[in-house]
Amino acid sequence: MTITEDRASETPAAEIGKARTRKEDQRLITGRTRWTDNIQLPGMLHLAMVRSPFAHATISAISVDEAKGAPGVIAVFTGEDLKDIQGVNITAWPISADQKTPDHLPVAVSHVAHAGEIVAVVAARSSAEARDAAELVDVDYDELPAVLDLKEAAKDEVLAHPDLGTNKSAFWQLDSAGQGSGGDVDEAIAKARDGGIVIEREYRQQRLIPAFMEPRSTVVDPTGEQVTMWSATQVPHVLRFCIAATTGLPESKIRVIAPDVGGGFGGKLQTTPEEFATLAVARKLGKPCKFTETRSETMVSGHHGRDQWQKLTLAAEKDGTVTGLKVELMADLGAYAAIVGGGVPVLGAWMFNSIYKFGAYQFNTTNYYTNKTWVDAYRGAGRPEATYAIERLMDELAVEVGVDPLEIREKNWIKHDEFPFTTVAGMTYDSGNYEAATAKAKELFGYDELRAEQKQRRESNDPVQLGLGVSTFTEMCGLAPSRILGALSYGAGGWESASIRMLATGTVEVVTGTSPHGQGHETAWSQIVADRLGVPFENVEVLHGDTQIAPKGMDSYGSRSLVVGGEAVLRAADKVIEKAKPIAAHLLEASVDDVEFKAGTFGVKGTDKGVTISEVALATWTGHNLPDGIEPTIDADATFDPDNFSFPHGTHLCAMEVDTETGATKMRKYVCVDDIGTIINPLIVEGQVHGGLVQGIAQALWEGAEYDDQGTLVTGSFVDYTLPTSADTISFITDHTTSPSTYNTLGTKGVGEAGTIASTPAVVNAIVDAVRHLGVNDIVMPCTPERVWKAIQAGSPVNTEGERDAAPHFDEGAPNQDPASGASEGSGQ
Amino acid sequence: MIPAQFDYVAPTSVADAVAALAEHGDEAKVLAGGQSLLPILRMRLNAPGVVIDLGRIPELQGVSEDGDHLVIGAMTTYAAVLASEAVSTHAALLNKAIATVADPQIRHRGTVGGALVHADPAGDVGAPALALGAELVIAGQGGSTRTVAAEDFFEDLFTTAVGEGELLTQIRIPKHTGWGAHYEKFVRVSHQWSIVGVAATVRSEGGSIAEARVGLTNMGSTPLRARAVEEALVGKEATDEAVREAVASVAEGTNPPSDLNGDADYRKHLATVLTRRAVLAAAGA
Repeated sequence: MTITEDRASETPAAEIGKARTRKEDQRLITGRTRWTDNIQLPGMLHLAMVRSPFAHATISAISVDEAKGAPGVIAVFTGEDLKDIQGVNITAWPISADQKTPDHLPVAVSHVAHAGEIVAVVAARSSAEARDAAELVDVDYDELPAVLDLKEAAKDEVLAHPDLGTNKSAFWQLDSAGQGSGGDVDEAIAKARDGGIVIEREYRQQRLIPAFMEPRSTVVDPTGEQVTMWSATQVPHVLRFCIAATTGLPESKIRVIAPDVGGGFGGKLQTTPEEFATLAVARKLGKPCKFTETRSETMVSGHHGRDQWQKLTLAAEKDGTVTGLKVELMADLGAYAAIVGGGVPVLGAWMFNSIYKFGAYQFNTTNYYTNKTWVDAYRGAGRPEATYAIERLMDELAVEVGVDPLEIREKNWIKHDEFPFTTVAGMTYDSGNYEAATAKAKELFGYDELRAEQKQRRESNDPVQLGLGVSTFTEMCGLAPSRILGALSYGAGGWESASIRMLATGTVEVVTGTSPHGQGHETAWSQIVADRLGVPFENVEVLHGDTQIAPKGMDSYGSRSLVVGGEAVLRAADKVIEKAKPIAAHLLEASVDDVEFKAGTFGVKGTDKGVTISEVALATWTGHNLPDGIEPTIDADATFDPDNFSFPHGTHLCAMEVDTETGATKMRKYVCVDDIGTIINPLIVEGQVHGGLVQGIAQALWEGAEYDDQGTLVTGSFVDYTLPTSADTISFITDHTTSPSTYNTLGTKGVGEAGTIASTPAVVNAIVDAVRHLGVNDIVMPCTPERVWKAIQAGSPVNTEGERDAAPHFDEGAPNQDPASGASEGSGQ
Repeated sequence: MIPAQFDYVAPTSVADAVAALAEHGDEAKVLAGGQSLLPILRMRLNAPGVVIDLGRIPELQGVSEDGDHLVIGAMTTYAAVLASEAVSTHAALLNKAIATVADPQIRHRGTVGGALVHADPAGDVGAPALALGAELVIAGQGGSTRTVAAEDFFEDLFTTAVGEGELLTQIRIPKHTGWGAHYEKFVRVSHQWSIVGVAATVRSEGGSIAEARVGLTNMGSTPLRARAVEEALVGKEATDEAVREAVASVAEGTNPPSDLNGDADYRKHLATVLTRRAVLAAAGA
């Protein structure tokens, strides 16, 4: 036992705030790591799925004989064969007591409700043999009429699930008058119609397809006491729960491991038919089984995102002071209620009012089923949709009032000295400074210069017009206070768990219940622990994603990992220090009250005597010389349940050039100043912001899932689903302001979704701004060149009365409101 | 993404390759750079019994000069063509078009001959080949060869003059030394197939256009040559106004597709704008 004499020599540089390169990147980038598909078990069989080519059909017969006789095939299972053990894919969030929820069987037994649904599973010795044999399974379908369009679904003329009797899943409302957080929205609108301003718009949130880099993959080993499932999932703990809840396997007999997972963006926040089918087949055969999907399968079977019609009514006074906002959503759930499912639009309920001081507010969503791929969380989940709507509307309001879009926002936003501020939706925003972020963004952007250039281009009738787009967004992150989730009938809590194990040789194991899939938790959590315990960054190992190692967790989504999970890690570290203190005092032969912990060392006040925490860990491990009656461990667990969400915000400014001859758009400049509270690792934050921006910009410009009138996904590969690459983007200018969150010790707010939430409206606002003088006030997303060009062609700067067209109302065929007439959606059919 | 099972042969000479084609008939598919064939196989849109890989035939590789012609082996990759000084000097249009193909990985695998025989009308090689008056050398059974003009080569969607048992071996391009060139490719994302592309090459004399050649990508079931526009451009000054007028009718008679990227009428409009831009850029205006 060494007593450190010169303990006060150096305080190590703070890890928090350091732009460390990520310790996990070497193996992740080279791929020499534990991806699920890299796992090979002795005797493992490979599965292939037989999928319905029809959007809606009943299954009248399945003949598997030929497939069973194919080379290498061990077995072929239909839904009928698996129905006793396959379980069911459940939704965790029935948003109303009377929500209609069709059973979602992993392998369909008699009815398929979207193209791509699994109807049989082939198990063979190699994956090539499995795929060959899958083509030999002969399924007789009786095709049923399919409902594919959300507005058609609302009419209930063709039913996605005839047994339900309706396509409507549920209705959910938040009303500020009803809950006492604000006035009556209809009164506010009525008042605005008489001398004020009413903006009515309908916006389309197109359907998107999450495009994580690693396709989903599952390996199940049914041998041994526990069934072990490896899966490329964001949610190993949720998955374990759902398996236990529906398959008859006791939870204690299930071990789920999310090894290294290559991206998710919400697309792996799911419990999938493929996971359940693989589990069922492995149990049936008693052999390890693997299923790895192709990208084409991801596109038709992995859940999609967004897909809403948004009917919006904004009321304001003549001077532009907002008074009321009414939101009426139609949300397409696709064929089934997914794990978050109907709750995704509900997550937007508190965000349409955003940073503005509305007096009255009402949010309504009606969710419908269609015969398309199911819909669930996709980066932002509910909040990008809300942010898009309000930020587009604020630009329209600025036009009505005749002021700059930044001016109308400043007039209405919460001032920095008004925090904490309880919004009309009933959320309490704890901190923020919209003025500071906006001022910084404006300066970095060169706002006034670009406005001058825009004016000049308009005056010279330049074929290339310039537009400036603004998005002053906020979001709610850190999902979530368990009590709020309970009040919303969500099926689980929102806490997070952590453990710290102090090893004898001086290294530290940090166990987190979050489940990273590319975010860099191993690096960031190490930085937090290194600072708190005063141990070297390199000595901290972060363990995660295995229900046997990290038995408690709520996983990673909704920008929650750092805000909730990082706080749990911090609290576990504090408990370690508290447990180590009496042992250190004993070793130092001092009173506990005289011992203080600083930079990794317990010292005795007023002396230079000290002992490092690693030395205490070793002494605890040997147990040779501990205080009487003390438990020989300084390991500690902590579980943190937040009291509130966190509310990152930011000002995003985008300049777009529009070639009016072709409709082509080109990004000229993009500046964002985000306030995400305390930053643990600026390099990781940059990565999140840049990637997030591209994903949001992609919704504005490039991505959209399109079906033909048979219900076949037309954008079924990356040839047609136009994902951008680095060649399509520019270098973004990013910066930060900092108002720390007050609901956690570190002051973090979350950054995983910020870029995606904020950027979409900034881009569309910029494009509309570029061509507004040509009579355009909306372009349906994605703003393809064809749509932009057609919008310009259809534009009418003056109407027949010689006045500028007022805000279009909800008339049939209003210009640019209908994607089928607005542009190309119909043309691929 | 696993193809159905197939047999694989890799001949080392054109003669052996042609013999293999004769042996396997329509069971066989020819593999050049594989950038179209492999996705088709992996998505099981086609399941040939035999794949004949041309990758080991040295005589199909490389760029050479033959008097007033450039000779490009059918298996020369896009990247090799891009790197060829002879091509940039004597057939600048081909260089410019190929520079826009997909991404660097694909340009290092994909071949010029493979693209021509695949004959996707949205591919970027057909229009410059037409505009430059390329001749395609086709090897047949028993050591026979024939030469087909580019205008007779493209027959329909994915269909060329290369018949059963035949192989494209060379692309012969008349030298267009000193001609200005530009390929105006219109895409939404950089790695996409052309929505519309216009290949223009122009010989200028004293500020006006002495000769012009214009090819269109994805404006019909084959690449197209816009002869009427070429003629209308002769003698015109390379000004926006003059060229605008000369190319106004470029989309007449074309039959472009309608898809998610744009309907036919939009493509026709695009062709008109892009042709003007391509010609002006080629003329150095």
